[in-house]
Amino acid sequence: MQEGAPDPGLYDYHPYNARPPLRWPGGKTVAVWVAPNLEYYEIDPPAHPKRKAWPTLHPSVVGFSHRDHSNRVSHWRMAEVMTKHGFPGSVSLSVALCQHHPEVVEDARQRGWEFFSHGIYNTRYAYEMSEEQERAIIEDSIRTVREATGQRIRGWLAPALTHTPRTLDLLAEYDFTYTCDLYHDDQVQEVKVARGRLASIPYSLEVNDHYGFFVYNMSGREYADALICQFERLAAEGERSGTVMCIPLHAYLIGQPHRIGPFAEALRHIAADGRAWIARAGEIVDYWRAETGGQG
Amino acid sequence: MALDSAYLEYPRRGRGYDHDLYEWSALHERPPVRWPGGLSVAVWLCVSLEWFPIVPGGPFAAPGHMQTAYPDFRHYTARDYGNRVGAWRFLDAFAAAGVKASFATNAAIAERYPELVAAVIAGGHELVAHSTDMNGTIDSSLIREAEGALIGEAMARIEAASGVRPTGWLSIARQQSWHTADLLKEHGLTFCCDWVNDELPYRFGNGLINLPLNHELSDRQIIATQQKSAESWAESMRDAFHWLAGEGKAQGGAGRMLPIHLTPYIMGLPYRIGALEGLLADLAARPEAWFATGAEIVAAWQAQEQARG
Repeated sequence: MQEGAPDPGLYDYHPYNARPPLRWPGGKTVAVWVAPNLEYYEIDPPAHPKRKAWPTLHPSVVGFSHRDHSNRVSHWRMAEVMTKHGFPGSVSLSVALCQHHPEVVEDARQRGWEFFSHGIYNTRYAYEMSEEQERAIIEDSIRTVREATGQRIRGWLAPALTHTPRTLDLLAEYDFTYTCDLYHDDQVQEVKVARGRLASIPYSLEVNDHYGFFVYNMSGREYADALICQFERLAAEGERSGTVMCIPLHAYLIGQPHRIGPFAEALRHIAADGRAWIARAGEIVDYWRAETGGQG
Repeated sequence: MALDSAYLEYPRRGRGYDHDLYEWSALHERPPVRWPGGLSVAVWLCVSLEWFPIVPGGPFAAPGHMQTAYPDFRHYTARDYGNRVGAWRFLDAFAAAGVKASFATNAAIAERYPELVAAVIAGGHELVAHSTDMNGTIDSSLIREAEGALIGEAMARIEAASGVRPTGWLSIARQQSWHTADLLKEHGLTFCCDWVNDELPYRFGNGLINLPLNHELSDRQIIATQQKSAESWAESMRDAFHWLAGEGKAQGGAGRMLPIHLTPYIMGLPYRIGALEGLLADLAARPEAWFATGAEIVAAWQAQEQARG
């Protein structure tokens, strides 16, 4: 990016009505990927100069234990629903979860899910890191996930969505394929980086379950309806040029007993429709690049 | 520009938690819990009885506390409405449905409104300790001795005013300090309801039991915070029950728990109480439902823990 410039120079402007034709495998019009955030939030993290980790003095009992629900109860509830309806996960992973609760990571691996890094912990923020420090968390992420799962991570969603001006350039330098940090489009797009190349895959923050429940205050049923509306529109528009729908999730939210039933119905609807290419993030970006040469 | 080097050090990065309060365990891998009568979903109604001093105090402001400049008649009286009217509607609704509940009660409620607490006890409901009053919040700014004195005072005042010494504790806003679990144990409490990380009881390292009172299912969260209607709240409770009953059935009748946290000044309003009454009637008619107090759920769980050894 152009540090200090009013336009950070992340990408070129591509009008939505002038995109090259793109059909997903099997003639599908919308690529649908599900991004469960498998996270570890520290109960007593060190202070960061720019952002507080918890709203109360530590231990922030509700904040910590709400998120801990994922790793004791709701990960498996969410994962079973996804597996039942044929949706693999592309995991936004706090890589320290590999140390704390390897059982959760192993469950995801055995389901054939893809992993990308969401930082070391969701309570360690990248703002104001030096280049050396940011390289350290990138290298830690690559090493930790490889040791735990055998996978070389190809994607990045910055920890708690905290960045530095050099984040995207570093990802390209370390041969990452995609970033989930930019929310400017409903299609895969090229990101401008200093050297090499990097794609932006839509992560659809606006239909993230956290946004659904705590920004837009939806009920479980309203959120499921929003996902179906999102899907219907993107599937229709994908007739012109293949679109991407992401469903970003947190088990401690979507896996609550009052929300999981309607969510399962939304997945059933999307899988039964026939227009969805249900895929993992890396496959979607690879196919886009092979078909469009990055000119999508 | 760089962060302090300690920010990239992770001294607790290892197997299990980065604290020593309780151990990790996945619910689906534990031996199944069985509730009495082979019923699969324990429905735990927990009502908070709260008295907010018009002069705020304590380590932090409790949810629902005074908001305007002094004197905040608006919030003082709107909260007290729950104790004068709303809670009585709850008692009638529970009696009509034939169900028992827990009442997480400030000591000040037991002292100030003895008629209400007597009716709670006479109805067969449970008293759970809920600090002194809504200024009796706990966080890590309290020194251990002050927190211990607060817990001891709350227990003594509730017992003196009601004749009952509760075995369970709910912290205001579920907020604890690093010492709370040990202090509750020292004061003879069997369980707390503060940690929302599970859907069944589990034990802390010090022996205290946590009975998770899901905050996401509370009327405060869904109606006051997320601004949903009472009917939307009730629909979410029905969806939750339906899902939990299905999970229990899929695992051969394994026990699940649906905690329903109620606030008299929220759900006890005239235009909302009907949604609660309708929900209770529906759930009471479900063949899987075991309506139980917190202490009854804890006792059933403890008996099986002991039987397993």
